Amino acid sequence: MSDLHSASAGPLGDEVRSDCRVAYEPGEGPLAVEVVSKVDYLYGQSIAAALRRVAGGLGVGTGRLSIVDRGAVEWVILARAEACLRLAGAVGPAVLPEAHPSCGVPRSRERLRRSRLYVPGNQPKLMLSAGLYGADAIILDLEDSVPPAEKASALLLVRNALIALDWGASERMVRVNQGELGLEELRRIGPHNPHTVLLPKVEHPDAVHRAAAVLAELGLADRPFLMPILESPLGIHRAFEIAAADPTVVALTLGLEDLSAELGAPRTEEGVESLLARQTTVYAARAAGVQPIASVYSGIADETGLEAYVRRERGLGFVGVGCIHPRQIAVVHRAMTPSEREVERAIAIVRAARDAEARGLGAVAVGSKMVDPPVVRQAFRTVELAVAGGALAAGWDDAES
Amino acid sequence: MKLVENAAGRLVPTEVNGRDAVPFAGVGGHRPAGRRAAPRVATCLDYPDDGDKRVGSIAEALEAVGLADGMVVSSHHHLRNGDAVANLVFDAAAALGRRDLMWFPSASFPVHANQIRHLEAGVIHHIEGSMNGPLGDYCSTGRMRGLGVLRSHGGRWQAIQDGEVGIDVAVIAAPTADAFGNATGDRGPAGCGLLGFALADSIYAEKVIVVTDNLVPFPCLPWQIQGNHVDVVVEVDSIGDPTKIVSGTTRVTNSPDRLRIAELAARFCAAAGIMRPGFSFQAGAGGTTLAFAIYLRDLMRAAGVTARFARGGSNRYMVEMLSEGLVEHILDGQTFDLDGVASIRSDPRHVNTSPFTSYNFHGKGNFASMVDVAVLGATEVDLEFNGNVVTHSDGRLLHGIGGWQNCLAARCAMLLVPSFRDRIPVIVEEVTTLCGPGELIDVVVTERGIAVNPRRQDLLDAVAGSGLPIRPIEDLKAELDRICGSPQPVPRSDQPVAVVKWVDGTVLDTVWKVG
Repeated sequence: MSDLHSASAGPLGDEVRSDCRVAYEPGEGPLAVEVVSKVDYLYGQSIAAALRRVAGGLGVGTGRLSIVDRGAVEWVILARAEACLRLAGAVGPAVLPEAHPSCGVPRSRERLRRSRLYVPGNQPKLMLSAGLYGADAIILDLEDSVPPAEKASALLLVRNALIALDWGASERMVRVNQGELGLEELRRIGPHNPHTVLLPKVEHPDAVHRAAAVLAELGLADRPFLMPILESPLGIHRAFEIAAADPTVVALTLGLEDLSAELGAPRTEEGVESLLARQTTVYAARAAGVQPIASVYSGIADETGLEAYVRRERGLGFVGVGCIHPRQIAVVHRAMTPSEREVERAIAIVRAARDAEARGLGAVAVGSKMVDPPVVRQAFRTVELAVAGGALAAGWDDAES
Repeated sequence: MKLVENAAGRLVPTEVNGRDAVPFAGVGGHRPAGRRAAPRVATCLDYPDDGDKRVGSIAEALEAVGLADGMVVSSHHHLRNGDAVANLVFDAAAALGRRDLMWFPSASFPVHANQIRHLEAGVIHHIEGSMNGPLGDYCSTGRMRGLGVLRSHGGRWQAIQDGEVGIDVAVIAAPTADAFGNATGDRGPAGCGLLGFALADSIYAEKVIVVTDNLVPFPCLPWQIQGNHVDVVVEVDSIGDPTKIVSGTTRVTNSPDRLRIAELAARFCAAAGIMRPGFSFQAGAGGTTLAFAIYLRDLMRAAGVTARFARGGSNRYMVEMLSEGLVEHILDGQTFDLDGVASIRSDPRHVNTSPFTSYNFHGKGNFASMVDVAVLGATEVDLEFNGNVVTHSDGRLLHGIGGWQNCLAARCAMLLVPSFRDRIPVIVEEVTTLCGPGELIDVVVTERGIAVNPRRQDLLDAVAGSGLPIRPIEDLKAELDRICGSPQPVPRSDQPVAVVKWVDGTVLDTVWKVG
């Protein structure tokens, strides 16, 4: 192992919380492990043991491995240590954290995706509680929120989070980077049950094909879903081809910040500049049989603005929006919940549909009016949204039977 | 030093700083007898007929009241981290060559790290009062002569009133005062709201010095501190830095976890029926409790419920609730921001209180036990619902008790705590230092769920079916062990450095030397 060099991974500083910095210095004698930790009186021994496990796994037996720890949990320490030693040139199998009991929970194509909470992939402190907020999905982000120098370390954090973190009832999403880096990230996280992978700045169906092929090569019994993000005029132009590029695509979304920049049309509250893009996304997604999902709303403290934004996007046909702070989630769910009138009408259609099915009738009628199949499907979806949003009791149809 | 196991199973000394100490005998298990302590009678013949008690400097004042070696000198903490007076007093005492004084503050702040040199030099023998920051470290590492004694705000009044602590010289920093010694905290360049923490000192100390930077002609109105108790008055350039008197604790948290804790706590109050017309609540400073007040306000608005009274520390949000009519009165123990100061000065529904009205064990009743719900923080809570508020989990002194113990008398005492802080579990097997017996702590609200004390079946019944994440405390702890890992045992030394008093004056627990 004489070709190892100095390396480090993770943040340093008094303001760091629930994270750590691991550094390696090559040297002669047997491996020395040094722990400086604000929690050494509680976890000093287990931190040292974790560092030795990672070094052992990567065959590093000499030099000095040190940590400045600010209260990182074990799966974070394992990721930072592995990142450090890989950057130092070590190769070998990863030492994975203990799996959380929920890490194998199956994915579901048609689940609700009203809210998706973005969490930066290099900030373990924010990951620890992400599962508590009831978001329909959590996205651990490796792309825009992670600076280039931190990508490698963040990838291992996200991989370990897929194994050890409690995601609550949320869908397990990861946003990878563009290009080759993104494909490599797919290879590394693919085996750890991401439910859905977001592909950024997709401009051509080939990007979807390549991602799908990489995931197929992993030989998984059940391949992760894909959610392409359209962030350029060219991407919008090819929206349908992208949405229909592979059967694992479950949703199509767009990123308005980058799109506005490319258009040279600053993003406004009313969004007139992006109306065509948004509508195109909805049409393309529905045409391809996948869910249309709207962009994020960046005014964290502006609940009124967010609620208006969500209602407007819902009105265009979107079924979900992105969230950048947990406090946005409840507002999004409220605004995504159908009105009382919508729910009443949907219940009437759902009842009629069940009645028709029970009686073996092909056509559904409410009163004297025939109801077409898309309307029936939408009524079922409205009822589901109403239940999820708390506007309708879960057992609304049990009571009467 | 002789140590015995008290009724809570904690090892405590039977003698504290040369006085016999009674081990904790259980909640309600100790009934002190005797008469109130009192200073010697004075005579008005010794004071100027024109009421002008001014002397030229703090040093002159200390000499005028006869400060001698070994005396007890008290101060209040309404000026918080902006206080200049307590430091000036011990600087002057040092210049006069006095030694072995006991400092008896109602609380200390990081600004008082100045006293470390007086401890080192022998001017101060020891401190009985909250210690944190550098002073906490000084005491925790066993460098202080004598034991630190941590008392609640109510416990401090109790100790003064039953003679456990005899104050020789009380120094009262006053934002506004007259030459007779009448003083108020609600106005002046260093306005801090009120002076309730100095009230007992003014009544029971042998000698009282008022220090002000805003002298007004007699009469100073209102006079929470009455000049008739005061020996001398000193005018100084500044009693403190106003920007540090109002603390930074008035910023609402932006932490998603803490917002969630605050929201769950407010929803619990609504679901349990605590938030009903005419109810009362106590919420202090700190980002989470401020957020609690905001969520509670929204729920009160939506339900059309008003509170008969709220207990402060007051702050902007409580004042807004008063203005809006959601709260009918604020009974205030201290003010945390300038909105609180302005309100107590101008709104007759916002009144000052003191530890006597609210917390004193020797009082004929207390406001604290009449409050429907009090929300508090903690550093640790254990599986028996015991709480720790004074030490870090490594045993180091971190906070004072403040009114924390006293507020546990509320009909529902809730601790709003994160379940862990940077891998350090807050819900633990057994608290490092016992500050509040579990039988008085009703609800623990964390971001991962709400634990209700099994002794409060009534609350459990009330919130059943509410959709709130109610979980056994053992369940929360098991989740923490999974997230944080099982901590290794923390060795503890056998050298006491401080004791924690219960509200009745008994010794509840011992703080041991660290490092």
